[in-house]
Amino acid sequence: MNVTVLQFPGTNCEYDTRYAFERLAQKVTIVWHEETVIPANTDLVVVPGGFSYGDYLRSGAIARFSPVMQAVRSYADNGGYVLGICNGFQILLESHLLPGAMKRNENLHFVSKHHWLKVENNDNRFLRRCEVGEKLHIPIAHAEGNYFIEKEVLKELWDNGQVLLTYCDEAGNPANPNGSVDAIAGICNKQKNVFGLMPHPERAMETILGSEDGVKMLEGFLI
Amino acid sequence: MKAIVNVYLKEGVLDPQGKAVHHALGSLGFNGVNDVRIGKQIVVDLDAEDVAAAEEEVKKMCETLLANTVIEDYNIEIVQ
Repeated sequence: MNVTVLQFPGTNCEYDTRYAFERLAQKVTIVWHEETVIPANTDLVVVPGGFSYGDYLRSGAIARFSPVMQAVRSYADNGGYVLGICNGFQILLESHLLPGAMKRNENLHFVSKHHWLKVENNDNRFLRRCEVGEKLHIPIAHAEGNYFIEKEVLKELWDNGQVLLTYCDEAGNPANPNGSVDAIAGICNKQKNVFGLMPHPERAMETILGSEDGVKMLEGFLI
Repeated sequence: MKAIVNVYLKEGVLDPQGKAVHHALGSLGFNGVNDVRIGKQIVVDLDAEDVAAAEEEVKKMCETLLANTVIEDYNIEIVQ
């Protein structure tokens, strides 16, 4: 599988993301944001974490207008798989490739720790290797992960199986580190080819670093 | 011409920063405060034919970039 990882000024997770997919024996190309095309044989585009454009104005607001994002839009419109992690998720929200928006965390803190996630839906490419209700231990690191969406659209997300991951504690009870509506940590679009989550599966690839639960998440994309 | 753009979280969207400042004001003894909303101000210096044209142009800027209308409202004031 060919994975294309985007790189904006201020991106800082592109090499971790490359490492994660190379660990899964996949070919990874890092693509600078000024490129106007996605490499032709791309099977998955990853918009990685970081602080694109210094988070100026709003997280992801300026990256959205990068030339490469126009290419990502047509790639996604043609059914290509796109995964946004952390700042990448914020960029996909600002691009309206995913519904909703991010606010400052409820407690106003930058939250950086391993957190438990509950798999809400696995009827999609991303989480097909996970079980519904399964708990995953994945690092989070963000100040603007307070997911917001209007009530009516929130109901649609649940009804369509677009809510993929929620925050929970070790026992699976609701636990909300940032104030997100319904403790949502990750979603996908209606067509189920564009995915976004605040937690970092690429930082959970080996037990010695705290968790390898990210492996089965990213493995879902493997052909 | 200058446009002063104020961007706020929409009414009904919980404003975590406003809430924290409201709480802090209460701790300082300012007890009559009903609500605090925190927004941002963006000052745009631009060339335009007249106030109406400037307003229209800045409105487009707000809709495409300056505000995220999923969660934010904005208002525009044009000053000469």
